[in-house]
Parts: sequence; C-alpha cells; structure tokens
Amino acid sequence: MNLQNMILTLQRYWSDQGCFVMQAYDVEKGAGTMNPMTFLRSIGPEPWNVAYVEPSRRPVDGRYGENPNRLYQHHQFQVVMKPSPDNIQELYLQSLKEIGIDANEHDIRFVEDNWEAPTLSASGLGWEVWLDGMEITQFTYFQQVGGLDAKPVSAEITYGIERLASYIQDKENVFDLEWHSGITYHDLYYQSEYEHSKYTFEVSDTDMLFTLFNIYEKEAMRAIEDQLVFPGYDYVLKCSHVFNQLDAKGAISVTERTGYIGRVRNLARKCANAYYEQREQLGFPMLKGAKIDE
Amino acid sequence: MSKHDLLLEIGLEEMPARFVTDAMYQLSDKIAGWFSENRIPFGDVLPYSTPRRLAVKITEVADKQEDQEEELRGPAKKIAFDDEGNWSKAALGFARGQGVNPEDLFFKEVKNTEYVFANKFTTGISTMDLLPQLDKVIQNLHFPKNMRWGDQDFKFVRPIKWILFLYGAEVPKLEVAGVRSDRKTYGHRFLGEEIEIESPERYPTDLLGQFVIADPKERKEAIQNQLENIQDEERWKIPIDNGLLEEVTNLVEYPTALYGKFDEEFLELPPEVLITSMREHQRYFPVQNKEGELQPYFVTVRNGDHNHLANVVKGNEKVLRARLKDAQFFHNEDKKKPIDHYLNKLESIVFHEELGTIADKVGRIKIHAENSTELLHLDSDSRSSIQRAASICKFDLVTQMVYEFPELQGVMGEKYAKLFGEDELIAAAVNEHYQPRFAGDALPGTVVGSVLSVSDKLDTIVGCFGIGIIPTGSQDPYALRRQAAGVLQILIQKGWPVELEQLLNATLDVYEDKQLLKNDRLDVFNQLIEFFNVRLKTILQDQGIRYDVIDAVLTGELGRVDLLLKRAELIAENLKHHYFKVANVSLTRVLNISKNLDEGFGEINPGLFENDEEKVLYEFYLSCKGQSDAIQQPEDVTLFYDKLMELPEVIDRYFDHTMVNADDEGIRENRQAQMKGLSEVIRSFADFNQLVV
Repeated sequence: MNLQNMILTLQRYWSDQGCFVMQAYDVEKGAGTMNPMTFLRSIGPEPWNVAYVEPSRRPVDGRYGENPNRLYQHHQFQVVMKPSPDNIQELYLQSLKEIGIDANEHDIRFVEDNWEAPTLSASGLGWEVWLDGMEITQFTYFQQVGGLDAKPVSAEITYGIERLASYIQDKENVFDLEWHSGITYHDLYYQSEYEHSKYTFEVSDTDMLFTLFNIYEKEAMRAIEDQLVFPGYDYVLKCSHVFNQLDAKGAISVTERTGYIGRVRNLARKCANAYYEQREQLGFPMLKGAKIDE
Repeated sequence: MSKHDLLLEIGLEEMPARFVTDAMYQLSDKIAGWFSENRIPFGDVLPYSTPRRLAVKITEVADKQEDQEEELRGPAKKIAFDDEGNWSKAALGFARGQGVNPEDLFFKEVKNTEYVFANKFTTGISTMDLLPQLDKVIQNLHFPKNMRWGDQDFKFVRPIKWILFLYGAEVPKLEVAGVRSDRKTYGHRFLGEEIEIESPERYPTDLLGQFVIADPKERKEAIQNQLENIQDEERWKIPIDNGLLEEVTNLVEYPTALYGKFDEEFLELPPEVLITSMREHQRYFPVQNKEGELQPYFVTVRNGDHNHLANVVKGNEKVLRARLKDAQFFHNEDKKKPIDHYLNKLESIVFHEELGTIADKVGRIKIHAENSTELLHLDSDSRSSIQRAASICKFDLVTQMVYEFPELQGVMGEKYAKLFGEDELIAAAVNEHYQPRFAGDALPGTVVGSVLSVSDKLDTIVGCFGIGIIPTGSQDPYALRRQAAGVLQILIQKGWPVELEQLLNATLDVYEDKQLLKNDRLDVFNQLIEFFNVRLKTILQDQGIRYDVIDAVLTGELGRVDLLLKRAELIAENLKHHYFKVANVSLTRVLNISKNLDEGFGEINPGLFENDEEKVLYEFYLSCKGQSDAIQQPEDVTLFYDKLMELPEVIDRYFDHTMVNADDEGIRENRQAQMKGLSEVIRSFADFNQLVV
C-alpha cells in the first residue's frame, strides 16, 4: 500500500467512525496536537471527533535529507475523540488492520508513555504503540490542556505516517517510500528537506527570528485581550515555530530556554482560558447538538 | 454455614508494567483485609495479574459473617435514672441505639465509676449482600499515577473495561466507574476471545485456553525456560537481568521468546551502547557466547504465540538496526572532535539556575578535590591526576552519545577519554566519580575516583542545601539522599583520616567564597549535619545494627564515620556478653554522676588525691584518653574499647574508698573534675545510657 492510499484508507476509516475529516492547519507547527482542532477543541465539555493529516515541522531533526529516519518535516495522522470512547483501543487496532497490519501476524504492544507538552501546558497518560518493537503511534488520554483539566477526556491517536509506511512498504530509508504511482518521498520532499535544513542551521537570520518572536508574542497578547482567540492562537503557533528554529540553531542557551518555553506556555494558557470562556458564553453550542441526538 | 470460592478480576487497558506487581498484591491484601474486618472467614488468597487484569481468587469464603457478641458501654449509672427511678432518656436512648431492651441493660464498674452496659448480639449478614461494598476497596487501590477517561471523574491507573466477579456460581453485584460485575472475561487481545467463567475453580485454567497465563510466576518461569532453550540450542549465554525479566513478564499475557540478529559491524561499538540500546530501549536480552563476549544477536519476548514469528523477528531487527546506526553515527561524530571542544561546551549547560553551569560546577569540584587532596596528604602525582580528572569529569555530557543515551554518562566518558589519549587512571576516574550510582553499586576503586566522587557529590548536596533545596518526604529531585549515602559509604570503606564536618566546612567555604550560599551558613551546616545523621542511621540499620546502639554512637559529632561504624560494631558484637553488661553498669554510673554536675570543671590536680584508688583511676583515665587520642584506624578503636571495658574493676574500688561529694570544697571539685573528665572520654566512644542491655 502506498503512502497516499494509506492516508486515504485511514481517512475513510475514521470518517466511518464518526470523525470529521479535516485538513491540515495552515500555520507552521511542531505536532498535530498544536493544530487548534486538537488544542482548542479538546478544551471544554463539547464533544469533538476529528481526523486529519498534519505536516509537522521539527527544525532540530533536519538532516539535509541525508538521514534515513529523521526529517525536518514529517507527517502525522491525527485522530481526536472526545469523550474518549470505551472501545477506542479496538477502533485503533481495527484501523491498523485496514492498512494491512493484522495484529495476529505481528507483535503489537501498548507500552506506557506519559505525554507532556510544556509549551502547551498540556499533559496526558497513555502508551506508545509498538509494532514488532517499533513505535508507530502515540496514544494519549488528555488530562490537562492549556492548564485546564480535560473534562471530558479526549483520546488522541497520533500515527507516525512515515514510520508506518516504511514498515508497510518494507523500506529502510524514508526517501524510498512510494507516495503514489511510483513517485517517491524523495521526489516530493528531498529538495525541501535539504533547503529547510540549510536555512535552519546556516542561513536563517537569528536577530530577525528573535525580533519576530517578540512581535508575534505581542500580537498574540493583543488579539487575546480583544477576545480574538483564533487569531491570537495563530501567533502563539508562530512564536512556537520561531522558538524551534532558534533552538535548532543553538541560539538559545539552556537557561534562556526555560524562559522562552514559559512565554509560549503563558500565551497558550491565555488562549485556552479565553476559548473556554467564549464557548461558555455561547452556551457550548456543540454540546446541545449532542444532547438532541440522544 | 457453607463456603464457596470467590473470584474478582478487574479488566483494564494495558497498565504500566512497573505498576502491575504492586497493584496485584494491593488488591489481594486489601480484599483479604476487608473479609477479615467483616468477620467473613476465608481460606487461601491467590493473586493474579497480567498487563490487562488484576485478579484475586479466595478459596472457601464463608457465605455469612460470623455472629458477633459485644459488650457495649453506655452512660454513667448516675444519669441512667430519672427522679422517679425510671430509666432516663440517656439510658433509653443508648438501649434503642444498640437495639436492646432496656430490661437487658446491666451495670459494671470501670475505673471507680458505674456505667450502664448492654450485650449486643449481631447476627452475621450474608456475604452475598456485603460483596457490593468491595467497590470501595477497588477505589482505594493506590497507583503512582492515575488518570481519568471518557466523561468519568473517577481516577484509576488505566480505564476499567470489565469486572469479572464470582462467588461460587453466582455473580455478586458490584459497580466501579460505570462498569458492572459480570461473569465475562476476555482472553488475549489478539488470540483469545470473550468467554464466560462458570465458577472460580475454572480460573485461571479457562483463561489459559484463551492464551492468557494469569499467574505472573508461571509467566516468568515460561519466559525463563524459553530463554534457556534458546541458550542451549544456540550454545549461547543469555544473562538474565531480573529487572528486565520482571518488566517483560508484565508486558505480555502469553510469552513467546524469539531471537534476531544484527550486523557484526555494530560490535565495534562499546558493549555498553549495544546493551543499553537493546535492554533499555527495546527490552531485549543481549546475547553472549560461552566466553561471555557479546554476540550480534538479541532475544525478545513477543506477546503471542509462534505463528508468523518471522514477521516479528524481521520488524525487531529493523528497529534495532536503525537504533544502532544512529549510535554508530554518534560514536563516529563524537570521536572527531578534541576533548577541549566538549569542555568549552560545558559553559553553556546549566547545572542549576542558581548554582551556575556545569563548567562552574567543574570549577568547584576542582577546588573541593584540591582541599581533599590536602586533607588526605596525597602525593603530588595523585594531586595532578586528581586535578586533570576533575577538569574533564563532565565532558561526555555534551557528546551526542550521552545526549542520546543519558544512562551512559561516565561510561562513555571513560571510553572517549582513553581515545583522546588521557591516562588510563584519569579516564577510569571519569566513570568512577559517578559511583555508587545506586544502592549496592560498586564504589570507586581508585583514590582519584574516590576523591572525585566525594567532591562531586558534596558539591551537589551542599550547593542544593545552600539554596534551600532539601529533600522532604518523596521529594528528592536531585537524588541528594542517594548521593549522601554514597559519600558515607566511600568514607567508611576507604577509612580516610578526615572528619565529615571538615569536608562539609571545606565545601561550604568554597560556596561562601563564590557567594552562592543563599541561606545562613550556620543554618545550612546544621541542616547538613542532620541530613547526614539520618543517612548514616540508615546505613547502620542496613548493617543490622540495633536502634539503641545507633543512638548511643550518634550522639555528638559525626567525625570520622568509619570509626563511628567501628564503635557501633564493637558494641553490637559484645552487647550480649556478661562482661559488657557489667562494664555498662560502671560506665553509665560515671556518666550519670557527671551529668548532674555543674558545667565547667577545672584541671584534675593529682596533688589533691587522698587515696590510691583515686590515683589508679587517674592513671586509668589518662591511659583511656591516650588511647582515644591516638586513634588512627578502626583497630585503634578496638584498643580503646578494650581499655574502657577494664573500668569496672577500677571504678568499683574507687567508689568503695572515695566519696565524690567530699566535704572539703577543693577535694570535692577535684573529684568532680575527675568524673567529668572520665565521662567525657567515655562519651567519645558512646553514650552508654542509650543502650538497652
């Protein structure tokens, strides 16, 4: 199964389980969790079921396209279900079967893994899922998001698409993966991997990035103060990405690091609180919908 | 009354392996405790667990509580009657409350007061009716980390999926987190199915048919046997790490061991790197040949049967290959740069915000080490080795390998240091200075490593105390307790002629010079002494030394801890002997006399002695003091001890002929001074008053 079909299969499958299939968010981010469709929507009592592919940027993992396993940008397939259904593990295992991984023919384990995202003031408990010893998925029950208790709890399933594909396609090197019709990952991403790595480590203007961080932070603050949660949150994401770029370049010392993480976290918490209040004022509209359904 | 077996199984989403065993015993202990409290007799308690279930079977549980007859005390007799001599409200209320007729009340005296009493007879309730209360017991299980799920407010280790609950053939009612008891259970996640259990006797046999070995001991044995089979067939040696075996046992319900291979070229990596990759990251068992050399194979345990094993082997080989490739890359990259490159980088790594960078810490370690070198009168060769080792002891923290494998700090330091051309002794010290890494770990073998280890640990402990980071309860993020125990063990084993107080003060001096002490120095010092006192107590207890003996030797300064331990050992060994008991009477007699005397006493003036016994005692005192002052090593402590044990003979004669409380003031004070002096010498060994003999 090529990578494109794998994604299509997962989308179809989770759509059948009642998830909205959404598209990736258009602001740079380090993980699918940061997409407002996970971060903001997992806050508050309203039910929420969503699935989407998220291209996630990790500047520090950039390797100029030379490393078989590490990428500046990889893809996550993200599923969030709130409240977490009782059969969520079974739903997940069935999804693996859909993409050709029959649990009976492999060794699948749920190995303890506690997740924490300090920049989002978010944490959860769950597992990394091992397929024959390889971690293919992060499986998390959110306990806290943006400093707020997750109530009800969302289950978040994050598939590492390249990891899974390399297993399914039996490839040692991520760049050898077939995306579709003989077109490889190399054809599609090698050039951008190289350029982003070179830019991140050699070319990026450190002073400008520091300036941007401050500008974005200020703008995020201003938007949130005006109760504009989504525009505010976009700037939080931008802060986070700029921070990751600076961090990858080694421009932030260890002492300063804690400070910058704290600044992003502070913004994320403000967004979380503002979002909750907003939804509360609206009477948690999606909650009502759910009740009528019953 | 009849009896039935009882079975309770809580089905869960996969628990963290490290919680399973403890949770299993908690469940069985608490349930058995609940039966005892509720006066329900029962037979054997059999605990079971897998990653997905906690279970307990209890045999021969009585179907009814035992009846209970209690004598209950009510109000005092004087308020039990009203003015007309009828039962008062208080008495009637008591009778009603206990469900007895007022005419059955009687009187009894307790501590000179008469009270109303009632005999209350409670008929036991049927067990079946009480069992739903077990929900409280389940809710009270304690886990290091709990979670919520769905829209539950209830917290548990992982979501509860089912509750299998049987009392004989019946299903008692029970509900936890919205899950109701049933006779259903589930087999292996992939190989098994949902089944119904008829009665507790069928458990765990029926589960085995569903590819679940519910008894962890059996699972562990199965894994061990499989490992041994592979070992014999392949003529390997598979060293069994008990921690790993335990973890793997709690990661699978139905184990099947298998082995895979990796490229021989990876054997060029340090064995520790290979072992860590396999053991820590993948939970594999590394493989050796009969000569104990690492082989390019690994053994892993699958949660399942033998079918499609080739897939599992292939997948695991792929994962390990990627990991080892990474490690190889880091190893090659690390070797390319000189040691100074790493030393410079230490300046950008923060040790603690208030205590500076790792480079700052290294700077301090060098001074501490220099101070110790002087205190220990080490020669100039050792001194220069110590200084070099101190300078480079942390360089590997910024190598890529240690960044990726933090557990290899020190180990990689030694390897790389040798590659970079450092002296063997110095390279070894880079590793040794982390020892002991855990309770029971080896201590540094060399003087250089020992000095460094003590310097590094004291630097952390004193630094943290100086800014108010003091371990409390379970809070000890910098593992200060472990480090303090390490320091004490080294001091004990090496027998350094240095007092703990000296080392602490020298370390405090450095912090004071650098203005890194946030709190008052004397306060910090006292907190440190208290802290080390408790650590030392633990070490002595671990050696099997009794509390009273520990209290006797831990009265004043800690001083040289090796000698302190020797004193404790001497007392502990001889405590039971008759001669010791006799000596103890004399020793405590002197201690008690001097305890009641005023503070301060003058020199003992032999010119004021009135009898020979005083002279003899004085000579005895001088020779004791001489022995005490001359102590250099533990053997000298024995000599001092032997001398002290001679006291009874001398002191008994003395008291027969001498009144300490003499009429003449001069003579009296002189005798008191004698007692004080002698008492001080005795106390320098131990406070014998603390002993229970």
